[in-house]
Amino acid sequence: MSPVLDVRYTAQLARINLSEEEIATFQAQLDQVIQYVEKLKQVDVSGVEPTAHAIPVFNVFREDAPRDWFDAATALSNAPRQAAGLFSVTKVVE
Amino acid sequence: MDLASLTLTELRELLRSRAASPVEALDALERRIATVDPVIHGYLHRDLGQARALAAAADVSLPLGGVPIAIKDVLNVKGQPCTCASKILRGYTAPYDATAIARLRAAGAIPFGRTNMDEFAMGSSTENSGVRATANPWDPTRIPGGSSGGSAAVVAAGEAYAALGSDTGGSIRQPAALCGCVGLKPTYGRVSRFGLVAFASSLDQIGPFGKTVRDSALLLNAISGHDPQDSTSIAEPVPDFTATLDRDLKGIRLGMPREYFIDGIDPQVDAAVRQAAKHYESLGAEIVEVSLPHTDYAVAVYYILATAEASANLARFDGVRYGHRAENPANLLDHYGRTREEGFGPEVKRRIILGTYVLSSGYYDAYYLRAQKVRTLIRRDFAEAFEKVDAILCPTSPEPAFKAGERTGDPLKMYLADIFTIATNLAGNPGISIPCGFAEMDGVQLPIGLQLIGKPFDEATLLAIGHAYEQSTPWHTRRPALPGAQV
Repeated sequence: MSPVLDVRYTAQLARINLSEEEIATFQAQLDQVIQYVEKLKQVDVSGVEPTAHAIPVFNVFREDAPRDWFDAATALSNAPRQAAGLFSVTKVVE
Repeated sequence: MDLASLTLTELRELLRSRAASPVEALDALERRIATVDPVIHGYLHRDLGQARALAAAADVSLPLGGVPIAIKDVLNVKGQPCTCASKILRGYTAPYDATAIARLRAAGAIPFGRTNMDEFAMGSSTENSGVRATANPWDPTRIPGGSSGGSAAVVAAGEAYAALGSDTGGSIRQPAALCGCVGLKPTYGRVSRFGLVAFASSLDQIGPFGKTVRDSALLLNAISGHDPQDSTSIAEPVPDFTATLDRDLKGIRLGMPREYFIDGIDPQVDAAVRQAAKHYESLGAEIVEVSLPHTDYAVAVYYILATAEASANLARFDGVRYGHRAENPANLLDHYGRTREEGFGPEVKRRIILGTYVLSSGYYDAYYLRAQKVRTLIRRDFAEAFEKVDAILCPTSPEPAFKAGERTGDPLKMYLADIFTIATNLAGNPGISIPCGFAEMDGVQLPIGLQLIGKPFDEATLLAIGHAYEQSTPWHTRRPALPGAQV
């Protein structure tokens, strides 16, 4: 199977604008990487369970108790734009 | 005596006996940094004033009382920048301490200085830093390894007594090997990642750099343990890792995986690691051959799983809550697209795109799910090998430090630099790199790293095995010849 990673389209999905030059460079580089990872197709994985975490842990719960953490001013302290004690976002709906 | 050339253990003795003060220890570092960092470029930021205030008030009776520790620019230290060497986080000030940092402080240490790294820990040479490259202290025309290249370089160059880094596929062990210091990746779950900027959450682990194994054990003592704020941290007991360092190696079995001694490995590296195995036999350990049959697939598995996780983790950089935001966006898509175009460097973009692709509809089963299954086989390889041995012995890196610029245009070749370290992250085991000799390249002496891989949560045995080798060989005492620095 030939690699089908379309850099232009996938970058849109990832919300990253790219220049035409970057698209061409990344396409060539990532084609090579995809060719390389194709080697996994040689491995017989029938009946093998996937591993999500190296050390499995399940159902970690804690008390849902309030605690002191950031106040609003601290939470906003790194915001590129803020107004009236809120994060200012680009308009989502017209 | 130049305090900056001391190990952490030696410094600690001087501080405790009041033969030196924490402020003097800090000033000695600052003098060394002023001399050598214009060549090394290991630090991105330092707040000497704040550190001196902490040093003046330090309680030297604590385990790391008054000792400054360099911190990779990926861990949040309250009030200091935390940029992951990325333009997208330029100007970000951490509003809280990572758990590992809070624990260092509780042990009396002073988080001092932010060390350079590959942007978002993605790289093997620190050349992907969005700020600047870091030089290898043994040959400034060569790379220090990565992604924690700044932490490794400042420890090796005597600009830090010890440092913290993070290791997702070798990012502590590989630069430690290439710079000639000790680097430890603890077991997955041993150290809380709360406050570590996430790259690949099923693989990331925080760990220490030291000039010696004992120094690394001291740091591991301080940062280990369960943390309710990281649900993947494990409630395993934390022993005193320095208490068992001097155990003897009689009866210890070390496995050499045949798949790690392959064509393409530098002959000087191969010879040094085989010599280390012989040395272990003289110390009473038994060397046996083991097999990790799925080794050849580890890099492929890693670059699917790590990029997939990164594509999700780095979605948070959206120019709203923190970080860079594009000017005057026309609409929301333009806001995201330009913010991320302007903020991320090329390797981060490549990896996000690759990760987005392997998770996308129609390709998930073929890439991501299959890689997770091969990961299971890699884990089984280790579990089976560890039925026969106490630790695995192999090279950390297939070659010594390469020249700056040599691989920046060839990402796949760069990825293969981590061929011997990646499987450990996939399996979750702890691994350590220890200096085991030097290779001569173009008339320059370059350090070689010996990697030891241990059983999950058995860092104590791993450290003891490393310590026995280190203390009976001269390698850890050699320091690079740097301009103006006393050796």
